[in-house]
Amino acid sequence: MTTTSASTASAGVFDDITSSESSLRRFLHGLPGVDQVGADARAAALGTRSIKTTAKAFAIDLAIRMVDLTTLEGQDTPGKVRALASKAMRPDPADPTCPAAAAVCVYPDMVATAKQTLGDSGVNVAAVATAFPSGRAALDIKLADTRDAVEAGADEIDMVIDRGAFLAGRYQQVYDEIVAVREACGSAHLKVIFETGELQTYDNVRRASWLAMMAGGHFIKTSTGKVQPAATLPVTMIMLEAVRDFREMTGQMVGVKPAGGIRASKDAIKYLVMVNEVAGADWLDPDWFRFGASTLLNDLLMQRTKMQTGRYSGPDYFTLD
Amino acid sequence: MARIDVKKTYKLYIGGQFPRSESGRSYVVNDAKGALQANASQASRKDARDAVVAARKAFGGWSGRTAYNRGQVVYRIAEVLEGRRDQFVAELRASEGVAGAKANAAVDAAIDRLVWYAGWADKITQVVGTANPVAGPYFNISSPEPTGVVAVVAPRSPLLGLVSVVAPVITTGNTCVVIASEPHPLTAITLGEVMATSDLPGGVVNVLTGSVAEIAPWLASHMDVNGLDLTGVEDADLATSLEVAAADNLKRVRRAPAAEPDWLAVPGTDRMTDWLETKTVWHPIGI
Amino acid sequence: MVKVPDTATPFFEYAPAPESRSIVDIKPSYGLFVDGEFVDGHGRSFKTISPSTEEVLAEVAEADEADVDLAVKAARRAYTRVWSRMPGSERAKYLFRIARIIQERGRELAVLESIDNGKPIKESRDVDVPTVAAHFFYYAGWADKLDHAGLGADPRPHGVAGQVIPWNFPLLMLAWKVAPALAAGNTVVLKPAETTPLTALLFAEICQQADLPPGVVNIVTGAGATGQAIVAHPDVDKVAFTGSTEVGKAIARTVAGTRKKVTLELGGKAANIVFDDAPVDQAVEGIVNGIFFNQGHVCCAGSRLLVQENVADEVLERLKRRMSTLRMGDPLDKNTDIGAINSGEQLKRIRELSEVGDAEGAERWEVACDLPTKGFWFPPTIFTGVSQAHRIAREEIFGPVLSVLTFRTPHEAVEKANNTPYGLSAGVWSDKGSRILWMANHLRAGVVWANTFNKFDPTSPFGGYKESGYGREGGLPGLAAYLKGADA
Repeated sequence: MTTTSASTASAGVFDDITSSESSLRRFLHGLPGVDQVGADARAAALGTRSIKTTAKAFAIDLAIRMVDLTTLEGQDTPGKVRALASKAMRPDPADPTCPAAAAVCVYPDMVATAKQTLGDSGVNVAAVATAFPSGRAALDIKLADTRDAVEAGADEIDMVIDRGAFLAGRYQQVYDEIVAVREACGSAHLKVIFETGELQTYDNVRRASWLAMMAGGHFIKTSTGKVQPAATLPVTMIMLEAVRDFREMTGQMVGVKPAGGIRASKDAIKYLVMVNEVAGADWLDPDWFRFGASTLLNDLLMQRTKMQTGRYSGPDYFTLD
Repeated sequence: MARIDVKKTYKLYIGGQFPRSESGRSYVVNDAKGALQANASQASRKDARDAVVAARKAFGGWSGRTAYNRGQVVYRIAEVLEGRRDQFVAELRASEGVAGAKANAAVDAAIDRLVWYAGWADKITQVVGTANPVAGPYFNISSPEPTGVVAVVAPRSPLLGLVSVVAPVITTGNTCVVIASEPHPLTAITLGEVMATSDLPGGVVNVLTGSVAEIAPWLASHMDVNGLDLTGVEDADLATSLEVAAADNLKRVRRAPAAEPDWLAVPGTDRMTDWLETKTVWHPIGI
Repeated sequence: MVKVPDTATPFFEYAPAPESRSIVDIKPSYGLFVDGEFVDGHGRSFKTISPSTEEVLAEVAEADEADVDLAVKAARRAYTRVWSRMPGSERAKYLFRIARIIQERGRELAVLESIDNGKPIKESRDVDVPTVAAHFFYYAGWADKLDHAGLGADPRPHGVAGQVIPWNFPLLMLAWKVAPALAAGNTVVLKPAETTPLTALLFAEICQQADLPPGVVNIVTGAGATGQAIVAHPDVDKVAFTGSTEVGKAIARTVAGTRKKVTLELGGKAANIVFDDAPVDQAVEGIVNGIFFNQGHVCCAGSRLLVQENVADEVLERLKRRMSTLRMGDPLDKNTDIGAINSGEQLKRIRELSEVGDAEGAERWEVACDLPTKGFWFPPTIFTGVSQAHRIAREEIFGPVLSVLTFRTPHEAVEKANNTPYGLSAGVWSDKGSRILWMANHLRAGVVWANTFNKFDPTSPFGGYKESGYGREGGLPGLAAYLKGADA
């Protein structure tokens, strides 16, 4: 992620909007509606693009570079995290041309371990903070969680919004929390997780996107991976439309991260097509688009090998970490 | 000394008014015995034009009424006709030369036909409309709508035939211009008086009397007429030429029957559906 | 938050992804399909070409009056001796069989359609062919349930149906015509359009594979004169036509004074109405789908965009951005969005009307793209600053050309939308339910798509008001058009 961080995006542009609960509500509810059926149809149509040969090779390498290799389990141990970090740096030990993943994504207590392995490899450490995954804790605890992770060396913080507050219409509270966490991040980049499976409607996803962008999130992210459905093509499309429109309005780019449920190369390529055609080619970069995934990486590697050798590979030829 | 009765002047019925033909012409209508019954207005192409304007003007309001309301108005025509039945029996006896029983039966049937169609107003949509189970997340429903202005050449049967062709047109929300039976035009104008006093908005039904061969071609070729009912056209060549003219703006055409129908028979729904368009509306179903 | 990067991001260039042509076997020449056999015509022949390459695909017989007469006679024989006597349940099984074979040979049909018509394979594959199969499935099920069609007990078919179809959806229009006709018990003589005869001829082969009794379906290829011979044939009981309003009127004149039943699906100049509270991204998709689907060769295309004035600039900006992602080119490439214009003649008409748009002062904007040197191509184009008086706002262009007009209030939108001799379809985009229903009530069009556009389904009736024709295809009305009540 590039580090030319500026002050919060909302500086100036959104002051009127974010100054009160009522103005925030008026703005968010004044955003154009999303027709679910039309959005689903458009996402499905983009999914029919046929990406072959050179385009496929390009897409697979790009997708590998966009992976936030993730482990977020109660059973995570330093051993597990070290293995994952090694995998992120050298996804295919047999092939030095294979690019590294973007980051490893872990709980805050595993940040130091991950950082130790990754060193200055260029692979970032992302930490899920703010009482992940439910977000149900007092603000000071969320902020402490964030600071801990940053102090341990996290380059990126994946926070969750308070869905309860959002669904109850307390947008100001959600906004203020994001602003506060962003401040606690210091120089670390902030990804704001909506848990779109709980927000349910695309209208809500669009509102949450704008709320997070105005509050200064560097990335907007679909899901924790703990709630079904996690990332979907249409939800990601709504978010890509939001970052596209936000840039139209402010000139500033925000990244998008679908997370959870993306397991196959074929699916990852559909996302990249969508990035390309909805937000635009500028977002086809690990600085601006990530996949939160674990098993996806091996499938990308298998496809990569297939493209190089012309024969189908098998899981035994790739590391399980 | 016997009282000199006051004879009625039979004029046209256009836009709720009873104007004379702008041409100033009239023609002699004899009764069944060949004696003068009255002079009827002989409508011109300009009267036809005015009638179409009146019918078009009335269309938006009439078609926009609830079906329930249209049914009530058609029923009201039946009520008023019932109240004036003696006058119609007398007119039929004179013009057709039929016995009282037959004239009575025709008036009965005409009133009953109006009642029958009045009841259809808020049912035809349910009978011919459809809810369509499309293979996708869409609400999809088809419902009938009136086609617009219908020009009708009324059949020879002065009252029952006339009611049988006009009632289905207006019950379904269309408006019409009717050319009355050329030999039996007077009852049509008297029926106009009934309609004018039955809450039927002016212009929904417009009645012209005169020469079918003269007036009908103007209606058949009129670009603001949507439908053409040739039921009363007895000359096959004229019927064909009218159908050809109707193609200029693709009017819906109901062809002339091979012989005058038995108007006493219970109708089907076809005289309504001939003047209905199916409109299908789609909308996504989503959250 | 960072500024937009200055350096160019690597471009995600989609490599060619052509669907294989090898699945189709185009013969050098084709005869007519009459009485279950391919036979030579009496007349001349004509060439059908690929509009994307101008390559000659095949020589096709041009049926003359004598050929049409033979086809009608075959249809009459099949009607009298076989099809009208067969129980509906047996007719149904033939139609189900045809539907299945269409699915089995779906890829072949899609590729052939794209080659002969020029439409993108993704449309022939994902829209045309699946909908064709769906039509046969839908009407197959009706064949033994005609007592429930709303015409009373024991309704009767008309007899021989003469059917003339256009080139924009060659196989789909065939299905719309043939499936309900056969289900109702009619036999057919069908003429495909002269520029797109090949899938109809492949359909004839499918009828053979299905063992459909000879003469039930007859396919006669040719141009206008062949169609005229079918329409005018005295032994044709029912005429069904899809095509131009001009030809539709000629047909209406031809059948005047006969007992022939007629349904006509003709032209349109549909308004696609976008309100300021529309779900704007979906509306933009709907505008694109409305006018650029099938190169705009769609009678119900949303060729007039009526956009509320207070959001016109924003909607147009989004529309242009979206249009710039459309991919035009090889119809067989799976990533092609816009294929070739169907014929040189049609391309000429599109160019002429567009030039009229320029001359009348409308502002032309088109997607910047390199047009292939061979074949017939026209880039997706919009005209802004169009008013009702402009010819491009009134005449059907039948190509990828959108005329943009504005309105201020719902009443004005309805007035402008209805201010046309056509009345086939309309679109409405708004998040306000009651306004959508008000608009749907007031629009004089046979199909109103609200918050969607260009959706088709075999269960859903389709057809127009006013000069867009009469009768409906699809659904129950589409079946009833091929039946008469027992007492009729």
